Amino acid sequence: MSSITLETHADRSKMEVSDEVAIEIRGMNKWYGAFHVLRDIDLTVYQGERIVIAGPSGSGKSTLIRCINRLEEHQEGQIIVDGTELTSDLKNVDKVRSEVGMVFQHFNLFPHLTILENCTLAPIWVRKTPRKEAEEIAMHFLEKVKIPEQAHKYPGMLSGGQQQRVAIARSLCMRPRIMLFDEPTSALDPEMIKEVLETMVELAEEGMTMLCVTHEMGFAKEVANRVIFMDAGQIVEQNEPEEFFNNPQNERTKLFLSQIL
Amino acid sequence: MSDLSYVRAEMLPERAPPASQVGFVGWARQNLFNGVGNSILTVLSLIFIWYVVSFLLSWAFSPTWNSASLSECREIFGAESGHHAACWGVINDRWQQLLFGFYPNGSEEGTSDLRWRPILAFLLLFVAVTPVLFNMISRRMNWVLLCAVLGLTSLYLGGALGIVVGLALIAAGAAIGYKALTADKTARAAEIEAGAKRLPNPLIFSAIYPFIAPWLLWGGSLWLPIGAALGFVIGYFVFRFLAPIAGSLVGMIVAVLVALVWWLLLTVGFADLMQSIIPIGLEPVESRDFGGFMLSITIGVVAIACSLPIGIVLALGRQSDLLIVKALCVGFIEFIRGVPLITLLFVASTLLNIFMPPGTNFDIILRVLIMVTLFAAAYMAEVIRGGLAALPRGQYEAADALGLDYWKAQRLIIMPQALKISIPGIVSTFIGVFKDTVLVSIIGLLDPLGLSNAIRADQAWNGVVWELYGFIALLFFIFCFSMSRYSMYLERRLRTDHR
Ligand SMILES: Nc1ncnc2c1ncn2[C@@H]1O[C@H](COP(=O)(O)OP(=O)(O)O)[C@@H](O)[C@H]1O
Ligand SMILES: [Mg+2]
Repeated sequence: MSSITLETHADRSKMEVSDEVAIEIRGMNKWYGAFHVLRDIDLTVYQGERIVIAGPSGSGKSTLIRCINRLEEHQEGQIIVDGTELTSDLKNVDKVRSEVGMVFQHFNLFPHLTILENCTLAPIWVRKTPRKEAEEIAMHFLEKVKIPEQAHKYPGMLSGGQQQRVAIARSLCMRPRIMLFDEPTSALDPEMIKEVLETMVELAEEGMTMLCVTHEMGFAKEVANRVIFMDAGQIVEQNEPEEFFNNPQNERTKLFLSQIL
Repeated sequence: MSDLSYVRAEMLPERAPPASQVGFVGWARQNLFNGVGNSILTVLSLIFIWYVVSFLLSWAFSPTWNSASLSECREIFGAESGHHAACWGVINDRWQQLLFGFYPNGSEEGTSDLRWRPILAFLLLFVAVTPVLFNMISRRMNWVLLCAVLGLTSLYLGGALGIVVGLALIAAGAAIGYKALTADKTARAAEIEAGAKRLPNPLIFSAIYPFIAPWLLWGGSLWLPIGAALGFVIGYFVFRFLAPIAGSLVGMIVAVLVALVWWLLLTVGFADLMQSIIPIGLEPVESRDFGGFMLSITIGVVAIACSLPIGIVLALGRQSDLLIVKALCVGFIEFIRGVPLITLLFVASTLLNIFMPPGTNFDIILRVLIMVTLFAAAYMAEVIRGGLAALPRGQYEAADALGLDYWKAQRLIIMPQALKISIPGIVSTFIGVFKDTVLVSIIGLLDPLGLSNAIRADQAWNGVVWELYGFIALLFFIFCFSMSRYSMYLERRLRTDHR
């Protein structure tokens, strides 16, 4: 499955993990109706960590990271993001959401706005950044993802890979401390997967805290400092990538890896 | 076996398509005469069209414009000989009535011709809607338009003051327009960048138009529309004051309540008081004098303009998580959609009076306006709900993930897209509402159809049918067709994919 090899080798020396906690999940449970989708999740993410979450389809990976910015609500346990606990208090939810960026499988760009407007919308309306400044920030990040020349086009005119890079830039414009990726490359052609992964590698090299749900095991080996394997709503195994790939412990992990690699 | 390998030595140049495929001949062959069956159908259709058109033309081209009665018409085109032709004299005689109903035209003793007021309201309507409808019209041209309309009106009203004001306005308009023609766009943009004053946004006028128009139509004290507008200002400040203290929902509710109290209890007193201090006003016109297209347009425009925002609110309410809000919206929409408009109009014309405290005079046109608006809003809500349902869930999630709250997400992300998807449905509803305004003739209002009956009751025009209906149909067609063309323009303008 993972046929993409990254050309540039990620420079791991720059990726430092501090001992400051970014996300703390304790005894978290979630149900969809009567369906117990996440079971007793305990997870601590430190600032600067790059975590790859893998697992079979339907194992609850998306649900887990969507709980972190409260796109989904959990019913039991605690989720604390950057010191703010996610409760039904909308103020906390808004605070967490403005600090956590999210990139979706299907990009979810706003098709009625230009690329630049996509990027400036949230800074202007949520952060109250003056328009000019917001545009400068947006251009800065569009340059970073290497598509400043598309700024005045609409999302519908861009290729999938370009759209996903815009989506990353759009999240970065809010200056998030944590980035969540939900299968950012699974809707893309191989050629485009590479350009998106390279953007993500760069982001990791700058020390961004990242949680990625992905099947790109090349990316996991290159960038991640921890791989989490989920099955049936539980964290089944987590380890450093080297150990995880070469020496998996759990039977399900072994089965999964034998299928995917 | 032959050798399978082949290498092209030179690329083929592009050739023009064969003559039978292009131009008129090609088009006709492809679309009209491809095959025997189609050719026969084409010829038959052409014969039929020719038959209908020649009949219509010989009917329509009849030299009866100046005749004073149907019998005079018959003499002119010789009905005895079996010839049928239009009797246009009725339109010549009554077109003003078809347009204005019995709006004072100075024909009666002691009245003056007030028809400039609805005409001005109509022209100002265009000035007010252009900045909303078209983004290619610059603010400058909009102010030029406004100056021109007001200036010409002032000149028409005459008197020394009228002429001076009119000339001044036209001169101002010309000055603003001259700058637009001479100033280089980029130079102007640079000036503005450097801090030069911009003309005020023409949307300001669009915002005050809803208060000016009724005043022009019904007349009376100017302080009444000002009082009505003050209600919004008061509500706004209450909201601004309360929202940070008590939250936006409480602020909103209290603001609406305060505004309602102002409108229902205090506005009239305020207007009377101010009128006694500084009397400014226009000669009042009774609602029963309203009629003709003026009435249709008034009802149509109000219903169209109000049903869209109400429909949006209802559609959002129907999707709300708040059970009571949702139940109210669903109940309202289903009730209104389940009842014919005529029933609602009858309620407006008769039943409402029973529930009113005796002695209250609740204007009949106002009652009809409310009913038609509510009716249109219920349909609008469903059309917009369709647009909302068509939006992928990812759009909501992306808006949430960026930290936009509900209202901002609705305003910036969801509604622009949902409305865009719903444009065809929205415009269909608009057109339907506009045409439904003729139903008010059933409760005795003199819309064009009501007037056509009244005109036929006249001895001179007894028996004229097609000419009147044709004229009315033509005017309705102009309005409805423009709306339909506008919606196509808008869809093209808002298309953002694959340009
Ligand atoms: N909104 C929902 N309502 C009910 N069930 C859901 C919903 N979203 C996901 N599920 C179910 O929850 C399980 C986990 O889903 P998901 O987190 O999307 O898995 P993954 O991302 O690992 O493929 C799946 O069985 C899925 O069918
Ligand atoms: Mg998933």
